[in-house]
Amino acid sequence: MSDIHAHPALAHHFDSLEEQKEAATLGMWVFLVTEVLFFGGIFATYAIYRSWYPEAFAAASHELDVTLGTINTAVLITSSLTMALAVHAAQLGRRTKVMVFLVLTMALGGVFLGIKGVEYYHKFTEHLIPGPGFQFEKEHLRHAQIFFSLYFMMTGLHALHMIIGFGIMLVMLWWAWRGTITKEYYSPIEISGLYWHFVDIVWIFLFPLLYLIGRHAH
Amino acid sequence: MTTALVPARHYLNDGYGIKSWLLTRDHKRIALLYLAGVTFFFFIGGAFAVLIRLELATPVGDLVSDETYNKLFTMHGVMMVFFFLIPAIPSVLGNFLVPIMIGAKDLAFPKLNLASWYIYMLGAAFTTYAIVTGGLDTGWTFYTPFSTVASTSAVIPAALGIFITGFSSILTGLNFIVTIHRMRAPGMTWFRLPLFIWSHYATSLIMVLGTPVLAITILLVAAERVFHFGFFDPAVGGDPVLFQHLFWFYSHPAVYIMILPAMGVISELIAAFCRKPVYGYPFVAFASLAIAVLGFLVWAHHMFVAGISVYAAMIFSILSFLVAIPSAVKVFNWTATMYKGSVSWQTPMLYAIGFIGLFTIGGLTGLFLAAVGLDIHVTDTYFIVAHFHYIMVGGTIMAYLGGLHYWWPKISGRLYNEWLAKVSALVIFVGFNLTFFPQFILGYLGMPRRYHAYPPEFQVLNVLSSAGASILGVGYLLPMMYLTWSLRYGRLASANPWGAVGLEWNTTSPPPTANFAEPPEVTWEAYDYGSPAVVEHV
Repeated sequence: MSDIHAHPALAHHFDSLEEQKEAATLGMWVFLVTEVLFFGGIFATYAIYRSWYPEAFAAASHELDVTLGTINTAVLITSSLTMALAVHAAQLGRRTKVMVFLVLTMALGGVFLGIKGVEYYHKFTEHLIPGPGFQFEKEHLRHAQIFFSLYFMMTGLHALHMIIGFGIMLVMLWWAWRGTITKEYYSPIEISGLYWHFVDIVWIFLFPLLYLIGRHAH
Repeated sequence: MTTALVPARHYLNDGYGIKSWLLTRDHKRIALLYLAGVTFFFFIGGAFAVLIRLELATPVGDLVSDETYNKLFTMHGVMMVFFFLIPAIPSVLGNFLVPIMIGAKDLAFPKLNLASWYIYMLGAAFTTYAIVTGGLDTGWTFYTPFSTVASTSAVIPAALGIFITGFSSILTGLNFIVTIHRMRAPGMTWFRLPLFIWSHYATSLIMVLGTPVLAITILLVAAERVFHFGFFDPAVGGDPVLFQHLFWFYSHPAVYIMILPAMGVISELIAAFCRKPVYGYPFVAFASLAIAVLGFLVWAHHMFVAGISVYAAMIFSILSFLVAIPSAVKVFNWTATMYKGSVSWQTPMLYAIGFIGLFTIGGLTGLFLAAVGLDIHVTDTYFIVAHFHYIMVGGTIMAYLGGLHYWWPKISGRLYNEWLAKVSALVIFVGFNLTFFPQFILGYLGMPRRYHAYPPEFQVLNVLSSAGASILGVGYLLPMMYLTWSLRYGRLASANPWGAVGLEWNTTSPPPTANFAEPPEVTWEAYDYGSPAVVEHV
């Protein structure tokens, strides 16, 4: 017991690192529940308007670039893999490997955001930003704006979560580098991984809902 | 009872200076930071109420313009709901007591706890900025399309403030859930937990599940207002009623964020001042969870006149009636606890009795509003205003003050002036009823809410209400003064001045920074007032 007590990462109000890890993990899961509800609000909004205006949503969805979306999906899933490998390396106490996989995860995240930026730029030049300047075939001019409002809001919030993930990765990288993360104390990497996977999963829902609707008809 | 001396080292003198407070991770000090915050915003919100009641003393709109009046009731609502009622009991009393009551040294995430206070203050700063730069006139409900396309007031900073403050609520709830799951002392089983803990657990669930939905809703409103995105705007085929659904999905459960912790306080007070275990403990505990769950299924009773379908209205009506069951279980069980109890009428008990009476009136009038036909008659009248003030002021604030008095010796290590405190409790009770009971009648007679002028036949009742409000105002200032006074001049409190049971009374007043000299081990049931050990101790 006493040698565990001496661990520098053990906070004063916990009896053991194990207890501390369980608390941190439960905390992250509770946080992810709040995230589900947060995105749930906008998914519900999406579901309602899509059921009201299916043709406009299908037409608007055709303006999205499926190729770039598919590449981004692959990139993001790969980043989840590298994240999982980083967690695994941390459990084994392989410091260098942890850092390499964290950097890879961030690099893949960066590619994703870069591609997303290109897509946004295209929408900007094609006058698909909702508001007074919005241009679309007359029949769906009004309702397509709702689709693109949802598109920018959903992907924007998702991107924001990735940027926050970047911040978390940087801290983890620093902690791994200075030796805070060890075989005994790797829960920070593990719960960061939970967060990153969650952000990945949100995209797994966003991609078909935004890019793939109405494709089967063509 | 011995008058144990104040311990040499306790959480209040464990470090001095502004830094030792602003950078503290001690849940007890953070509770006091919150106490300062919520008290300040309570009086800001109260100042708006004073102006409202002043305007309504005469039938003509003579004190302020109609536009200013819109801003007054909006800012009263926003300040009171988001910056006082929601954080008051969980963040002050809950923060102080949850770890102590379960025998832990601190909340699971002390840094997150401090962060939640800063987030709260940052949100409050944004909303205060909105107030001083022209105010907000949308009502605290931010209904679209007025809030997104029409209002010229400071919607964005106010909404941003509420958005930010929501995170402090989420973090507090998250912290409580993890703490209650993971940090209970040896022997502190779920069914030995004080009911205060059960109610805070239920509250935390609502905070964690409901608040994020408000957050996304506010973001959608902000995006529609700033970027002309289309979510609720009928011009692009959006639906303003969808906004109401999303808003009330959080904001109805938010009412239970306000009342559930209050119910937890009342369970503690009733047990302590009746010298009996709370009657039907598991029922009271599960009633808290039932309220939390059912609370998520009733939101559309705020929208009976908003154009929802008659079938939806019927279902939401039935579900709303169901909430009365766990609420009534609590009221009956408190009353049954008092039966043949050894009741002593000290200040906290006066508040508890006041709570039971006022909450019952507030709850029963809630049934009027759950009935679709009757609700349509009184929608947007003073009947609604009276109803929710009976719940929020008569319920939450009474319990908050009762709890603050009960645990004040523990928090401060000092006793307050009992006589003054009793008088204040009576003043508040009288002032409250005089303020809000006439509003039931006004509403039933058809006086609409949110107007600064009204027909002359309503004046008598309005003058009564305004007179009551001034009494109520005095009643709220008194505790502020004598509690502050007691900090310096009050008699020293013993570890257990009430002779109550519960882990918080097994440590010194004020407690040491680590809460207990020795980590406690629990071998007794909750509210074990019958056991010889307890009797001897008292």
